Amino acid sequence: MKKYLLILLFSLMPVFSYAGEAKDMAEDPVLEKRMIGLAEKLRCLVCQNESLASSHAELAEDLRREVREQMKLGKSDQEIIDYLVARYGDFVLYDPPVKKTTLLLWYGPFALLLIGGGVLVYQLRKRKGQIAEPELSAEEAQRAAALLNEPADTPNQPKDPQA
Amino acid sequence: MMRFILPFIVFVILAAFLYVGLGLNPREVNSPLIDKPAPAFTLPQLHEPAKLFSPADMKGKVWLLNVWASWCVSCREEHPVLMELARQNIVPVYGLDYKDKNEDAELWLKKGGDPYVLSVSDADGRIGIDYGVYGVPETYVIDKQGVIRYKQIGPVTPQNLSEKILPLVAELQAK
Repeated sequence: MKKYLLILLFSLMPVFSYAGEAKDMAEDPVLEKRMIGLAEKLRCLVCQNESLASSHAELAEDLRREVREQMKLGKSDQEIIDYLVARYGDFVLYDPPVKKTTLLLWYGPFALLLIGGGVLVYQLRKRKGQIAEPELSAEEAQRAAALLNEPADTPNQPKDPQA
Repeated sequence: MMRFILPFIVFVILAAFLYVGLGLNPREVNSPLIDKPAPAFTLPQLHEPAKLFSPADMKGKVWLLNVWASWCVSCREEHPVLMELARQNIVPVYGLDYKDKNEDAELWLKKGGDPYVLSVSDADGRIGIDYGVYGVPETYVIDKQGVIRYKQIGPVTPQNLSEKILPLVAELQAK
């Protein structure tokens, strides 16, 4: 009996440990949702490949708290983003703004595509010029004319060899 | 001949990009606060919580603000360097004790020595956010006008001290 009670107790442990977080969220679910939505667009500086929403780093927790508090003060999403960019730079944004330093990042792929397309067109044009129209000698022309002028296929000679 | 040279040039350019990219340290994010006034704060001093300290008190002096914590592993590495710097008395070093318990912080300074003129405690890390702190230790070089001139991310080492920080401090002090 004691064993089963213990098993029950341990299996319930995740429920107990989750209670803290759940309570925090329940405080204001609308605000929490807005905070998570914004935090998903922001990068955690400690883990770097995780968003502020998913990171468990302590800094990310502090920043989420900061975002939450600023939202409670009635700041707009853009104001909060500006606040974070002023401190951590554009690096906190998953969507970096178009700037002098990010021009290559934004337009580089299109430039490469254009260059590639240009090279392709140039090469194709050049090749077309290289493949000359075959010129027939007088004898070949005569043979071709003779073949073209032959009467239509005879019935016992099928048009299509596969037929 | 051209058909070999052109792809080779393209290859060299791509290889150069790759080389530069691999050489960059992704952990070093340039601070947007460089050449901007150091964010203001007023915090209680670590040893005498009744006394306050504010960066405005440092007007007219070149100083270092070192963000540290007793729980921070890299701070252990940088600590002897800061001790040596304090002994040389070139530039005052102030400490921002980041998200630390006062008892832990004082114990750490008692054990390893205190290189700081004074430390202030930023218990909830709010001032750290204002300074864009994301990895302790970090060190800011602040000039006579209270403008941040340089940020060292990660521990101060004898190398970056002699190559970057001290020349900059000398230059700023001469101004």
